[in-house]
Amino acid sequence: MGEPGTKEILSLEELEAAGNFRSGRKHIVSILVENKPGVLTRVTGLFARRGFNINTLAVGPTDDDSVSRITITLDGAVHSIDQVTKQLHKLINVLKIRDLEPEETLARELALFKISADGVARAEVMQICDIFRAHIVDVSKRAVVAEVTGTQEKVDAFERLIRPFGLIEMARTGEIAIGRGRNET
Amino acid sequence: MRAVDALMECLKAEGVDVVFGYPGGANLPTYDAFHDAGIRHILVRHEAGGGHAAEGYAKATGKVGVALGTSGPGATNLVTPICDAMMDSVPVVFITGQVRTDLLGTDGFQEADTIGITMPIVKHSTMIHHPSDLPRAIHEAFHIARTGRPGPVVVDIPTDLSRADIPYEPITDVHLPGYQPTTEGNQKQIRLAAKALANAKRPVLYVGGGAVGASEELVELALSDRLPVTCTVMGLGSFPASHPQWLGMLGMHGTRTANYAMDEADLIVAIGARFDDRVTAKLSEFAPRAKFVHIDIDPAEISKNVPAHIPIVGDTKNILPRLTAEYRALGPDPQRLEEWWHRISGWQERYPLAYEDSVDTEIKPQYMVQALYEATGGDAIIVSDVGQHQMWAAQHYHFDKPRHWINSGGLGTMGFGLPAAMGAKVGCPDKQVVALVGDGGVQMNIQELATLAQDQIDVKVFIMNNGYLGMVRQWQELFWDRRYSHVDMGNYPDFVKLAEAYGSTGFRFTDKTTLVEDMKRALATPGPVMVDVRVTAEENVYPMIAPGQPARDMVG
Ligand SMILES: Cc1ncc(C[n+]2csc(CCOP(=O)(O)OP(=O)(O)O)c2C)c(N)n1
Ligand SMILES: [Mg+2]
Repeated sequence: MGEPGTKEILSLEELEAAGNFRSGRKHIVSILVENKPGVLTRVTGLFARRGFNINTLAVGPTDDDSVSRITITLDGAVHSIDQVTKQLHKLINVLKIRDLEPEETLARELALFKISADGVARAEVMQICDIFRAHIVDVSKRAVVAEVTGTQEKVDAFERLIRPFGLIEMARTGEIAIGRGRNET
Repeated sequence: MRAVDALMECLKAEGVDVVFGYPGGANLPTYDAFHDAGIRHILVRHEAGGGHAAEGYAKATGKVGVALGTSGPGATNLVTPICDAMMDSVPVVFITGQVRTDLLGTDGFQEADTIGITMPIVKHSTMIHHPSDLPRAIHEAFHIARTGRPGPVVVDIPTDLSRADIPYEPITDVHLPGYQPTTEGNQKQIRLAAKALANAKRPVLYVGGGAVGASEELVELALSDRLPVTCTVMGLGSFPASHPQWLGMLGMHGTRTANYAMDEADLIVAIGARFDDRVTAKLSEFAPRAKFVHIDIDPAEISKNVPAHIPIVGDTKNILPRLTAEYRALGPDPQRLEEWWHRISGWQERYPLAYEDSVDTEIKPQYMVQALYEATGGDAIIVSDVGQHQMWAAQHYHFDKPRHWINSGGLGTMGFGLPAAMGAKVGCPDKQVVALVGDGGVQMNIQELATLAQDQIDVKVFIMNNGYLGMVRQWQELFWDRRYSHVDMGNYPDFVKLAEAYGSTGFRFTDKTTLVEDMKRALATPGPVMVDVRVTAEENVYPMIAPGQPARDMVG
């Protein structure tokens, strides 16, 4: 298919566009940032003005005092994750970004559920807690507070089961994550 | 030494010879330091004027511009130039005063959250928390502004810290772990791009502002074969408009030839361009037959609007010569472009940039640009404002060299032209600098005429006076049934008297038959000059891609 005179052959037809790809799945993106005033605002501000919707966001310290980790989850059906990470990279205070591979990643969130549970319901709630390895951390006359850790999906499942009993309130941290194996995330 | 004296040392170490600024309470210490610094300071009449002047300086020279303002209103007045510099990737360092640290967060007098307000429109910003951090912050600011994809950096200095005594030692290294722009360009990708280009039958080089520093390299590539070239409004001058391979500007008011060529191209090589909506028009129908090579120093631009087939991240100046070499090595057959050029020439002949000239002495706006081209010998730095005159200048002043066309492209900031021309002249004192502005926009920073007079900055201001906010009037005429709403500027002010009041020389020209000679006379008048050129009131910029329409449906 090469034209006369060109030594190497390449058909334009064969070229495929690279970017703008929508994966269609959930992504966990781990962002290491300099621990300086205003850095979180820069990151969240960027999400807001570029119209990137984040599902959860968790921030905390790392083993290094000068570095914080921001873990976000977002929907790869809505956004090109590539564009999200490239825009983030432009922030000078952002040191490293990893779009974590699901199979290679340990993700956990912590959630507290205040569930209305009196009489017979209480036993059933306790049973569900048991199955999910949730801990009852507070008991009062008409309610219990359960603490659950696990993946976002596990916590979602717990929430679905517990809701019918009367979910008074709920607090979730959003996932944090770390890669499996010896390598740094 | 005082932190502000260290600041002056840093500016000098960065090669700063001039800054544009305005003093106030919070930057009094900085202004005190100017006494002995040996840095030229130009006192503008509004911080926005200073910011745009710093942009004009940077765009004309390629060096980093510097603008200063005080806290609160001084800083908020800089917001428009900061945003403008962001949109057009202009390297400018903005240094703002801030209230004392013990007043921060208390709504102190003239306190504004400068860092917060400007966060979405800066490449980077820093607030000084310890006075000894200042020197490093300044050098980092220059480094960030100048390298990679250039842009504005804001440094906010609380007034108490700026007077503090600090140990100062010159800083020669800047290390930013989170900032390492890719400049080289991947050789394999470059090779692939060369192959694609060698196999393309209908290629177009689509060039943006990112090639302004790589003009020679671009010309080299284009001339290594008969590759057709078009530029965005930001790229004009990167490729000589007098060259036969030039297709004209593309986009909303580009030539039919350039837009049709994009529409029919099989391979588009985007060079430092970002597929702005004024270029692509209806995105879903943009260049439907083309594959894309995208060369840009900002990886986030690649595939942002149009998915790239061959992305190359890096500096155009590094990449283009290697692309040319790879391309040449392939020995592509120039014959294969024969048919393409036949098609292009057809468009060029059928659709030249024409307009109907007046039969009497009336000055058509397009003719005014042509006359200016003649009067300046085509070699002036033309700084435009925003509106119809900007588009006519882009179309009819045929730019042959880079950094000779300065305008506000991305943000489209009225009021940019006059102060930016001032900055360009300060940066390039040996060049003829002309501000070609509208009667509307010139009034948005007209106060800088005083600066021109006081500092005897030799800018020639040519007002294309159509008595209207012309570009808005055109849209109302074409898309809103000619229901003109608040676009008539009346006959105010008297620009000749105003020029004189401001210490410039004023002229008014109304006759096309003597226009070139009149313009030459104005250009030869020493010192700042402002000329009121009366042009046709209701003339439209054509051709035009109507909003939401595909390029191939251009009208006019
Ligand atoms: C600060 C600002 N406000 C409003 C606009 C919208 N606008 C774009 S062009 C234009 C008209 C400009 O009129 P004039 O300066 O007389 O130039 P002309 O179009 O007549 O050449 C306006 C109002 C703008 N670009 N910038
Ligand atoms: Mg006008």
